[in-house]
Amino acid sequence: MNTLHAKNSAESPGVAAEALLVARIVEFVRLVREQGFQVGVREEIDALKVARHCTVLDQQRLRWGLRSLLCGNVDEWQRFDQLFDAYWLSVNRQTRVEYSPRAKLDEREAPGRHGHGAVAEADRPRPGDDSDAGEGGARGGASRQEVMTGTDFRFLSDSRQMREMEQLVERLARRMRRRLLRRQRMARQGRRVHLRRTIRNSLRYGGTPLELVFKQRRRQLPRLILLLDVSRSMSLYSYLFLRFARGVLGAFRDSQAFVYHARLVPVTEVLRERDIDKVKEKLAVISLGWSGGTRIGESMQRFNEQYARKILGSRSIVVVVSDGYDTGPPELLAAQLARIQRCARKIVWLNPLLGRADYQPLAGGMQAALPFIDVFASAHSLASLAALESQLMYL
Amino acid sequence: MTDIVAFQERLEAAGYIAEQSLAATLLLFAELKRPLLVEGDAGVGKTEIAKALSNVFDCPLIRLQCYEGLDASSAVYEWNYQHQLLAIKIQETEGRTAEDKERHIFSERYLLKRPLLQAITMPESPVLLVDEIDRADEEFEAYLLEVLSDFQISIPELGTVKARSIPYVVLTSNATRELSDALRRRCLYHYVDYPSLDKELRIINRHLPQIGQELAGQVVQFMHSLRELDLRKKPGISETLDWVAALMRLNVKQLDRDPALIAQTLVCLLKTKEDRDAVTREVVQRLVANAV
Repeated sequence: MNTLHAKNSAESPGVAAEALLVARIVEFVRLVREQGFQVGVREEIDALKVARHCTVLDQQRLRWGLRSLLCGNVDEWQRFDQLFDAYWLSVNRQTRVEYSPRAKLDEREAPGRHGHGAVAEADRPRPGDDSDAGEGGARGGASRQEVMTGTDFRFLSDSRQMREMEQLVERLARRMRRRLLRRQRMARQGRRVHLRRTIRNSLRYGGTPLELVFKQRRRQLPRLILLLDVSRSMSLYSYLFLRFARGVLGAFRDSQAFVYHARLVPVTEVLRERDIDKVKEKLAVISLGWSGGTRIGESMQRFNEQYARKILGSRSIVVVVSDGYDTGPPELLAAQLARIQRCARKIVWLNPLLGRADYQPLAGGMQAALPFIDVFASAHSLASLAALESQLMYL
Repeated sequence: MTDIVAFQERLEAAGYIAEQSLAATLLLFAELKRPLLVEGDAGVGKTEIAKALSNVFDCPLIRLQCYEGLDASSAVYEWNYQHQLLAIKIQETEGRTAEDKERHIFSERYLLKRPLLQAITMPESPVLLVDEIDRADEEFEAYLLEVLSDFQISIPELGTVKARSIPYVVLTSNATRELSDALRRRCLYHYVDYPSLDKELRIINRHLPQIGQELAGQVVQFMHSLRELDLRKKPGISETLDWVAALMRLNVKQLDRDPALIAQTLVCLLKTKEDRDAVTREVVQRLVANAV
């Protein structure tokens, strides 16, 4: 299959073939966009240029050209070949391409940037109505996110919704850093000039105050230490929090993540792995053969003994994610949290159960922990995770 | 296809071994003059692409190394304050008007051009390498995006500087941070993977032609199985070349002759303590046995 549409072009040479080609390229670009690629109108135009430049009949060149034009990250890079094959090489292709390739991708569990949630069937773009597409071409993304913002993570039913939420959560963590930085910058504008030092510094410029020195130094971003409960009672949430941790690790320098159940395991390196499937594999290996109850206190003790000295400091915010169901003695947990409190800046406890209307934090572990917690939040939905950002800002 | 092969050969003559797919991308890059974003693990030869291009196009290479806190004054331009102050002192006794003096000290003479400004004021298109863009802050990324779409820089005191030529912009990223979608959309994209057996062999032969074919083949096999291990920092091409140079210096002709010596030279390849610990003597022996 070296010529792309040999049959068609043989029938209608010249102008007609040209028009057909344009139509097919445009269609392909839209298909790719629907798959979540960040592709705009400009890329459509350039894709035509590429096609002409590549003398189209050469399939391999067209593939390479469009690949470098339309892809924007590794994930898309790896998915591209499959899309290309599905579109250009399938023999009995439908004229509209909305369905066939996507089904294939879903089987493969390919992570798209915004997949299509079942909830959002209504706001999926119709063919032809792209007036609101804008240059970004990321249509529908925002509204889909809106629908899911308030949903408790435990109500995510099918795997597609779950995958989508995972991506949103990971992106949220990365965006957090961006916003924290921006707020700090805004805060900085109000700072006052440190007159004495400014005058001292101006000596070397002959008295002209060239370098202004400000009173308040730039606050450093917090270092987040995440301790994630992956016991069975948390199983509805734990994977999402791991994705959140992945985003945090990507965005905040020297952050660390640990998981615990019966014991504590550092997972920072595992989560840094680029390929999400590999991450899943490795996490599965780590949690293999764990049984027995959740020992939060003991896990915290291990954290204090082995890791705390190296990683806790005045910049550290320890974020514990747990429902507080501890099978160990509550006194141990309290003692360990007290130790953490002494070394870290703040302790944040995220309890997804807090989002339920009838929940009271009565579990023994939770009761023991409450006195040491600076922020106690629910984090059961995207909205509540996002709210965390402003709280981090003022810690 | 012929022009791709021709371009590949030109790259090779410039010292860079590229696959056909990369050559095709680069050809397109030269044609469309859109910036090219190259991603891949450290040590796969991303930066080398820009160097090879400047060789092939026979134009200067301007390099902007990004780091956290990189700002406009070190990337775009800066006024030479000291020089300006001196000029003011010197002019004090002259009877020129204030405006005249101001125009004088804010003229191009006192402007220090940093890489970005330099790149767009060249009479002929240079290759502009923006290295490790992921290390720079988001603000700088946004600024860069603006420069890359308009190809003009505004300097309040001087006015807007329009590009005299559109540079070939190559950005590299190790993906330590997610780049903005806007920047990604603006660029062509190429993901550089670790080299295939054949490619790595050709690279070794290109850089160290004196190497025996037996050793070269073994080294390449060894590197491939080493990269398949679960290492924290996978060795890239430059590590391979270092290692080969070390082996040649030690007169090693075959990897399986002297395991102890091989184990010693692994410092060229494994750069973290965890990796050193993970690659035990037994592992090395297994890898060598596979390679031979």
